[in-house]
Amino acid sequence: MTIEPIIRVQSDEFSVDEEVKQLTGEKADIGAVVTFTGICREEGGRLSALELEHYPGMAEAEMTVFAKQAIERFNLQGLLAIHRYGKIDVGKQIVLVAAASRHRQAAFDGANYFMDYLKTNAPFWKKEHAKNSEQSNWVSARDADDHALSKWSKLD
Amino acid sequence: MKLVYFAWLRERLNCGEETVELPSNVANVSDLFTWLAKRDELFASVFEHADIIQVAINQKHVQDRSTSLEGANEIALFPPMTGG
Repeated sequence: MTIEPIIRVQSDEFSVDEEVKQLTGEKADIGAVVTFTGICREEGGRLSALELEHYPGMAEAEMTVFAKQAIERFNLQGLLAIHRYGKIDVGKQIVLVAAASRHRQAAFDGANYFMDYLKTNAPFWKKEHAKNSEQSNWVSARDADDHALSKWSKLD
Repeated sequence: MKLVYFAWLRERLNCGEETVELPSNVANVSDLFTWLAKRDELFASVFEHADIIQVAINQKHVQDRSTSLEGANEIALFPPMTGG
């Protein structure tokens, strides 16, 4: 049976517990769930919020493609990913990835792999809002994210 | 042809999307960049960064600048992605 990923792009906050319940549901053959939650950090007190822009339609489509690849590659029992958009205050959740599998290694790897792809290929852009000022600026892409992605092709 | 812009391109151009009639000699992605850069001073100032601007045709990433625009209904132009 083909396992379909659960993908959502939304402005609302999410509950990790609720989402993990949705992922595992009644399935009895899941022995491991690894979750990754991305949170808006203050960057040493410099930021008040991040603003996330996305390409509606393409964002969901790209996430679905990577999620299906991850399910197949790591033989996952389920993969759920939620990415928020709009203004997200310091301390609030931005992104959730939950990978479910029979044994732990596949769940760790699946979540890690999906996040590396998400960072570099999913059409989202972050803008920083400074604390105590009206200033804002777009975040530059990090070379480190491209390097993180390239490790998966070396393993192929 | 619908052109859509994101992040700092959208802000600098003060335009989220527009419909354009492309001249017949604009056949591939590279031609499109050249044409956009020649529209006016504002577009010239944005598209002088053509080397870092990324492209999606009909919501699919396109890496190769020689990719044909045939069959394209929607072309998106945006900076490197910074999600997650």
